[in-house]
Amino acid sequence: MERLFRRPGAQSWMLVSPIMLILVFFLLMPIGMITAVSFWGSTEFSIYPAFQFDNYEYLFGSQVVWNVFIKTFTFALITWAITLSIGFTVAYFLTFHVHTLTWQITLFLLCTIPFWTSNIIRMISWVPFLGRNGIANQSLIGMGLIDEPLEWLLFSDFAVILAFVHLYTLFMVVPIFNTMMRIDKSLIEAARDGGASGFQILTNVIIPLTKPGIMIGSIFVVALVMGDFITVRFMSGSQIANVGRLISNDIGLLQYPSAAATAVVLLCTVLITIAIMLRFVDIRKEL
Amino acid sequence: MRSQNDLELVHVTKRYGSAVAVDNVSHVFTPGAYVCLLGPSGCGKSSTLRMIAGHESVSDGAILLNGRDISGLPPAKRGTAMMFQSYALFPHMTILDNVAFSLKMQGIDKKTRHSKAHELLDLVGMDELAQRLPAQLSGGQQQRAALARALITNPQVLLLDEPLSALDPFLRIRMRGELKKLQRELGITFIHVTHGQDEALALADEVVVMNNAVIEQAGTAREVFNAPQTEFVARFLGGHNVISLEGKHYALRSDRLRLVEKPVEGLDAAVTSVEFLGTHVALGMIGPGDTAITAMIPEDGFFAAPIETGATVRVGWDSQDLHLLTR
Repeated sequence: MERLFRRPGAQSWMLVSPIMLILVFFLLMPIGMITAVSFWGSTEFSIYPAFQFDNYEYLFGSQVVWNVFIKTFTFALITWAITLSIGFTVAYFLTFHVHTLTWQITLFLLCTIPFWTSNIIRMISWVPFLGRNGIANQSLIGMGLIDEPLEWLLFSDFAVILAFVHLYTLFMVVPIFNTMMRIDKSLIEAARDGGASGFQILTNVIIPLTKPGIMIGSIFVVALVMGDFITVRFMSGSQIANVGRLISNDIGLLQYPSAAATAVVLLCTVLITIAIMLRFVDIRKEL
Repeated sequence: MRSQNDLELVHVTKRYGSAVAVDNVSHVFTPGAYVCLLGPSGCGKSSTLRMIAGHESVSDGAILLNGRDISGLPPAKRGTAMMFQSYALFPHMTILDNVAFSLKMQGIDKKTRHSKAHELLDLVGMDELAQRLPAQLSGGQQQRAALARALITNPQVLLLDEPLSALDPFLRIRMRGELKKLQRELGITFIHVTHGQDEALALADEVVVMNNAVIEQAGTAREVFNAPQTEFVARFLGGHNVISLEGKHYALRSDRLRLVEKPVEGLDAAVTSVEFLGTHVALGMIGPGDTAITAMIPEDGFFAAPIETGATVRVGWDSQDLHLLTR
């Protein structure tokens, strides 16, 4: 035993072993298992171990699946664009227009208040607001802006994206705010000294220096939206499908091999997307 | 002495809420000179500099350059440029792009602005490092890059906010020599904020000593050092004793004191410390009325007749070395 301790590197291995065990048991093994099951076969009433590509053939061959993937990407892209513009604006305001640290912290904590309730409650609270006879429609009719209730407010792409933006903007605000706060204020003065206008300071100094934060926020939002199924189900009134719902439906029908194959493809898609994003920005100095 | 293109402060005041950082300051800076704004931290020297640069608004008064009031203009339209304390180089740009920054903001094409930036980098001896990022440079190199960036707009007045404070002592002395040389070559006004009196005396053609939001004294380095007008200036510049004789305060350079015998005019004092400083020996003494007195005695004279701590000595001076202090 003592000899084991003395071996070079033994202590290091022991120090990393707790996290390694956790990762092996709760990350690598489940993924391995899902990958294995994705090659299994299934009938209407049974699943059986095998090594066959039927599930994948079906996935890549089905126009419906392609459409669902495209829909998922569309949601991710639109949500990303909106959360980025809101998140950047909020972080910019907090960093450069709020001058005392106390107020910065107070306003920032204010942003986190919605997170004191669960995701689902925050989502569902939109329903009475956006419904056919909801507050939004009644107010618009009351103001005389529309004559008939807007049908597309609830159970639509609009509702899904609205909920996504509501749920995930903070994931964009936090990393961008964090990076922005680290920008030396004298850089802004130096830029102004060099004759830069407000917009030029934004494009030449602030945005380039905020890129790592933008990228971390984007990874959060893209990963969350691509993996979501409950928001899409609730806010679309089960009328819209994304990849998450595809998996959840398969599980509901006990089609585990097919669900596993979809999950593997989704995982690879998200990883490739993130890998492409990381090609553009080096986030290492932020970690 | 007044000329067309001098920089002048006219009753300039800066208030932060109820606190007054700069109180009704008026001063004409010698054009084309190396000026040091000297004072302890919080004396208003940085606020004054930042008001001239345009990074701080003027609460009251005017700042004139070339006879026009620049206090309402944006920083880049004033004919001034600022070099920041921490240099404030853009960390995501190469040194070349940093230097060319203000030309880029003016919309000048890449080729023209890069060739101009190379010229400026050449002036500060940094051209071979043009493609580096700021983080890949030493403190002294960063400072030169910041200088080049400030100078590319051909400013009439270069404002330097404690430019040497981030450097180690050895480099500080070298860089201050380079700053002075550069100022001579360019012939423009440098206004250099510092709290180091040795730096100010070594560099400045004109020293402006500030304290408590006002200018205590301004003049050439020799004038200010040899004839301090106030007790603050005498103490802050160092090398002086402030003694009171017949109810009046006088400044007396410590190297003009010598040890004498009665009945020569002087003060009796008890020696509290003896420090050998190489060329001189510093005698710390307590005189009448608990006045602390320091005398710098040439070391050969001292060691001809050494004195121990605790001895009582008499120090004397020539009457022309006494400078009456107004405050």
